[in-house]
Amino acid sequence: MNLRAIKSIYAFEMARTRRTILQSVIAPVLSTSLYFVVFGSAIGSRIQEVEGVSYGAFLVPGLIMLSLLTQSISNASFGIYFPKFTGTIYELMSAPVSMIEAVCGYVGAAATKSVMLGLIILLTAFFFVDLRIEHPFLMLLFLILTAITFSLFGFIIGIWADNFEKLQLIPLLVVTPLVFLGGSFYSVSMLSPTWQTITLFNPVLYLVSGFRWSFYEIADVSIWVSLAMITVFMSICLLVLAWIFKTGYRLRS
Amino acid sequence: MPEPIVSIRDLNKTYKGGYQALKNINLDIYPGEIIALLGPNGAGKTTLISTICGINQPTSGTVTVGGYDTVRDYRETRSLIGLVPQELTTDSFETPWVTVSFSRGLFNKPKDPAYIESVLKDVALWEKKDNKIITLSGGMKRRLLIAKALSHEPRILFLDEPTAGVDVELRRDMWRLVHRLRENGVTVILTTHYIEEAEEMADRVAVIANGEITLVDEKQALMQKLGKKQLILDLSQPLEALPESLPDFDLKLSEDNLQLIYTFESQGERTGITRLMEALRDEGIQFNDLRTAQSSLEEIFVQLVEEA
Ligand SMILES: Nc1ncnc2c1ncn2[C@@H]1O[C@H](COP(=O)(O)OP(=O)(O)O)[C@@H](O)[C@H]1O
Ligand SMILES: [Mg+2]
Repeated sequence: MNLRAIKSIYAFEMARTRRTILQSVIAPVLSTSLYFVVFGSAIGSRIQEVEGVSYGAFLVPGLIMLSLLTQSISNASFGIYFPKFTGTIYELMSAPVSMIEAVCGYVGAAATKSVMLGLIILLTAFFFVDLRIEHPFLMLLFLILTAITFSLFGFIIGIWADNFEKLQLIPLLVVTPLVFLGGSFYSVSMLSPTWQTITLFNPVLYLVSGFRWSFYEIADVSIWVSLAMITVFMSICLLVLAWIFKTGYRLRS
Repeated sequence: MPEPIVSIRDLNKTYKGGYQALKNINLDIYPGEIIALLGPNGAGKTTLISTICGINQPTSGTVTVGGYDTVRDYRETRSLIGLVPQELTTDSFETPWVTVSFSRGLFNKPKDPAYIESVLKDVALWEKKDNKIITLSGGMKRRLLIAKALSHEPRILFLDEPTAGVDVELRRDMWRLVHRLRENGVTVILTTHYIEEAEEMADRVAVIANGEITLVDEKQALMQKLGKKQLILDLSQPLEALPESLPDFDLKLSEDNLQLIYTFESQGERTGITRLMEALRDEGIQFNDLRTAQSSLEEIFVQLVEEA
């Protein structure tokens, strides 16, 4: 195991975040604050409470999930896409580094950033609404598992993408709609029965629901189903990555 | 003969599109030598290097480095190798110090600031160690890539077109650096399409064209084997025309009619010089001076590629 390589990649990626602190941290915090203001005050004045929780507080887990998902994907996809784009990836490819080690470095750094970001948004939320977290450890577990899973997904996108459009395509066309339609800003029980059934096919629902349960013990689906689903997503990503490494897909010609 | 440090056997590489870039390559490289892969653009030089270093996968055949297989034992082989790529690919917003230290870590070597310092000094980048790479000149970036490749103290260094786009001064520096490395026991494999470079830097030359190695030889031997020599005579008196009595010699008269140029096979048993001298004396042609010149690798190379 080349632990030094993992450490080097991790440190390198974290240093990149420090350089782009504005883009990596301040921008998401700002946009989340805007959501609080817009959703919280505009819609919140109409929807007072959801299942006994004030609408502002109800929003928090969903908003954190929104940032967590999009940032995990964009951090991890960019982290591996950029060296491909500039050509510096030659070094990784000619170094005594297994692909598993490379993933640990890149995905580890991307997930760390997202978790930190999630916590920063959580802190920000305390300024806007009254919050309580019933199960802090479970909350952290969800945060970390989601960050890792979606950083793995982002890593796959970064390997697959061969131009900047493709890099943006999946997050924009798939992930953002799924997050918005996945019960981040409302409880699924508010929807018509038909839409409720459709929403059950949205993977993001399970993440948001489980994450919200760790705050307020309210959920659209059982917490165990949520945990099972995130395990399934992670396994799918790992399987795809295993296939990529085996075939050298888009990496080694 | 020592054991080769790199041994390439029946190596073929066909790219996904179906293009065969390497055809049955066989080559042994010995510890401590400087070998030049000489060939025109598109010959397969970069493909060959990439396949040895692990960036490409071989389609068939094997490569061993230090006795290890480059596919099966990639950790061992890659630890022995430093690679300087053809393109100037660097992280623009990092500093030389950070990027060279990063390379060392990637190759699983413990931190060693003193060594990184010595490498940066060797490539004359110590003053620039904390500058953003984007502010460095092309020549500096090239040297930075060399420093990165040397960061993990490799036994073998691959230089892919090290002096492409580098001015004459820097080229000389590069040659000096390569010879210094060799003195420290590093095996150097460089590719070039400049004959001059192969001639200046290498001990051995492998000529590669259309994915095939057409010839491998000591540089001197190569020049002798293929080179033609010229005997140039500075005449005392201008000569109006070549004397009729010398038809079976490959003779030419210079533009100013003051030089007689005789071309002969340098490795031939009989060079014909003695006969020529006698014939000249019989004609009463006198000369002040004489010298010989050898054809350069450039001419040899053109000849080889035409044959291939
Ligand atoms: N990734 C690739 N896919 C398909 N063909 C390639 C690829 N890389 C190089 N080639 C082709 O292989 C041949 C050899 O290229 P290369 O090894 O770069 O030559 P050189 O370094 O001698 O200039 C060229 O015809 C080139 O177009
Ligand atoms: Mg090349």
